[in-house]
Amino acid sequence: MKRPLSLALILILALALVACGSLTSAGAGTTTAVSTAESPDASSTMASPTGEASPGGAATAPKINGNLTIFAAASLTEAFTELKSEIEAANPGTKITLNFAGSSALRTQLLQGAQADAFASADTVNMAPVVQAGDVSGEPSIFAQNRLVIVVPANNPGHVNSVKDLANSGLKLVLAQEQVPVGNYARESLDKLSADPTYGSDFKAKVLANLASNELNVKDVLAKVQLGEADAGIVYATDAAAADQTKVKTIDIPDQFNIIAQYPIAVVKSGANPDGAKAFIDELLSPAGQSIMAKYGFIAPPAH
Amino acid sequence: MREVLESVPSRLDAAPPHPASRRRPQPLPWLAGALLLLFLVIPVVALLWKAGGSAQFWPALRQPLVVHALRLTALTSLISLGVALLFGTPLAWLMARRDFPGRGLIEIVIDLPLVLPPVVAGVALLMAFGRNGLLGHELRLLGLEIPFTTTAVVMAQLFVSVPFYVRGALLGFRLVSQDVEEAAAIDGASGWQTFRHVTLPLALPGIISGGILCWARAVSEFGATLMFAGNITGRTQTMPLAIMTAMETDLNSALALAVLLVIAAALVLVVSRFFTAERLQR
Repeated sequence: MKRPLSLALILILALALVACGSLTSAGAGTTTAVSTAESPDASSTMASPTGEASPGGAATAPKINGNLTIFAAASLTEAFTELKSEIEAANPGTKITLNFAGSSALRTQLLQGAQADAFASADTVNMAPVVQAGDVSGEPSIFAQNRLVIVVPANNPGHVNSVKDLANSGLKLVLAQEQVPVGNYARESLDKLSADPTYGSDFKAKVLANLASNELNVKDVLAKVQLGEADAGIVYATDAAAADQTKVKTIDIPDQFNIIAQYPIAVVKSGANPDGAKAFIDELLSPAGQSIMAKYGFIAPPAH
Repeated sequence: MREVLESVPSRLDAAPPHPASRRRPQPLPWLAGALLLLFLVIPVVALLWKAGGSAQFWPALRQPLVVHALRLTALTSLISLGVALLFGTPLAWLMARRDFPGRGLIEIVIDLPLVLPPVVAGVALLMAFGRNGLLGHELRLLGLEIPFTTTAVVMAQLFVSVPFYVRGALLGFRLVSQDVEEAAAIDGASGWQTFRHVTLPLALPGIISGGILCWARAVSEFGATLMFAGNITGRTQTMPLAIMTAMETDLNSALALAVLLVIAAALVLVVSRFFTAERLQR
C-alpha cells in the first residue's frame, strides 16, 4: 500500500506546481507569446546591494550600477529591449528587468505598491494617478511620441483599404480597452473623424459596432490581426513597423485625424535603485537612446 | 428495485466517528488542517473587507456591465455544464464499464486541458477553430465563424472544465458495484433501466461533485475566453473578464465585482452541498 500512496503524493505535488504556473501565466499582462512580459524580479532588486551611487556630472556617460526594474508600456517592447542590451553591455554587472504590459495594468500595480525603479507609460493619463499618489520622484519627462495606424492581415479579408472602410458592416475590428492608452487614443481619433463631414457624425458608432474584442494591451491587438482572426486593428505606428511584414499591412490615418501619443517616464519611489533609474532616464533622453527610439519608429519628443 | 438499492452500502456513506473516549489526541492533523484553512480563508476575508470598506462598492455594482457579465456568465457556464453532462456521462460510463484498447491513453487525453495554461488552451482553440485554423475553411463553408462569439465563450469554458466532470463521474461509476447491476438485470431490467434506476443513483455523489467542480471552473475561466472569444460587454465579457476590465479603471471597482462573484459562487456551492447531503442520507 505504501508505494501507490507516495506516488500519488508526488503526482499531487507535481500537479500543484503546474497549477501554480498556469495561474501566473493566466494573469494580466502576459497573454500571447508575442507580448512576453518579464515579471519584475523584485527579490533580486531587494537583495542586491545598491549602495554605490552613480557619479555626478563628471562622467562622460551616466554610469548605471546594480539592478533595475522598469515598468514599461507594451508598445515599448522592442525599443526598450534594445536599450537594455546596450546599457547592460556598456555597464557590466548591471541587470535590467523589464515588465511590459498595458500602461493601465502597470499603473494599477504601482498604485498597489509594486516595486519598480522607473515607469514608462504610453500616455500621461496613466502617469498622472501615480504622480498624484506621491509614488514618483521629481517630474515625469516626455521621452518619445507615437502615432496611430490601422493594421490588417496581409490577405486583407475585410477589404479595408482606407479609414472609411472601418465602418463597413460585418467587419471584425479589434481595439485595446478604453483604459489602455492606445484604446483611448483610437477612440479619440474616431471622435475626430466623426467631426468631419466626409465621415459623418455616426462614423464612430458604426466603427464601434464592428468591435469584436477589447484587448488588454496593444500587442494583443496586433496578435489577433497577425493571426488573421481580426479584419483590422488600430495600433501604434511602431507596433506595425515591428510586426511581421509578411503577415500584416499598414494603412495610414491622416494627420488631421491622428493622435500624437506622448510617452512620459518617471523615477518610482518604491524602487531600490533611484540613482540607476535616473541614469537610465538620462541615457534614454541622450542622443544614443533617442536614436534607438527613432530606429523603431518613435517620434522625437517636443524640444524643451 | 428500491430494496436492492437500500440493501447495498454505498462506499461513500460516512461511517459514524468512534466515540471521543476511544480516540488518541492527535494535534498534528489539527495544526496542519488549521494552517491550510487559514491560508484559504484569509485572502477571501481580506477581499471582502477591503472591497466592502471602499466608497466605490455600490456605485461599482450598479455599472451596466455588471448585469451583462452576470447574466452571460450564468448562461454560458450552465450551457457548458449541460454539454459536459450530456457528453461526459456516457464517456465516463464507458471508461468505467468497458475495457477497450487505448483506454489509458483516453484518460490522459481527458486530463490534458488540466495541465494546459488557460491562455495556451485559448491559442489552441484559435488554431483549431479560428478563421485560419485547422477547421477554419470547413467552418466557413458551413457559414460559421466562431471566434469572438458567445459560442466561443462556451467552447473555451467547456474545454477547460470538462476534465473535472469526467473525472468525478468516472469515480462515481467505478464505485458502483457491478453485482448490483447484474442483480437488476437478472430481475429483468433492461440496460437503460439498470442505468437509470441503479447505476445513476449510486454514482450520483461522484457525478454531482464532478459537476460542481466543472461548473466552478467554467465560471472562473479567463485566459482561454479572452484569447478565443474576446472581450465585449453582453456578448463575451464574462465576470472574470469584467473584473479584469474594471481593474484597468479602478481597483476598488474590480474588488466590488470580485466580491459579487465570490458570494454568488459560494451560494451555489452551499445549495449544491445541501442537495448532495440529501442524496447521501437516502
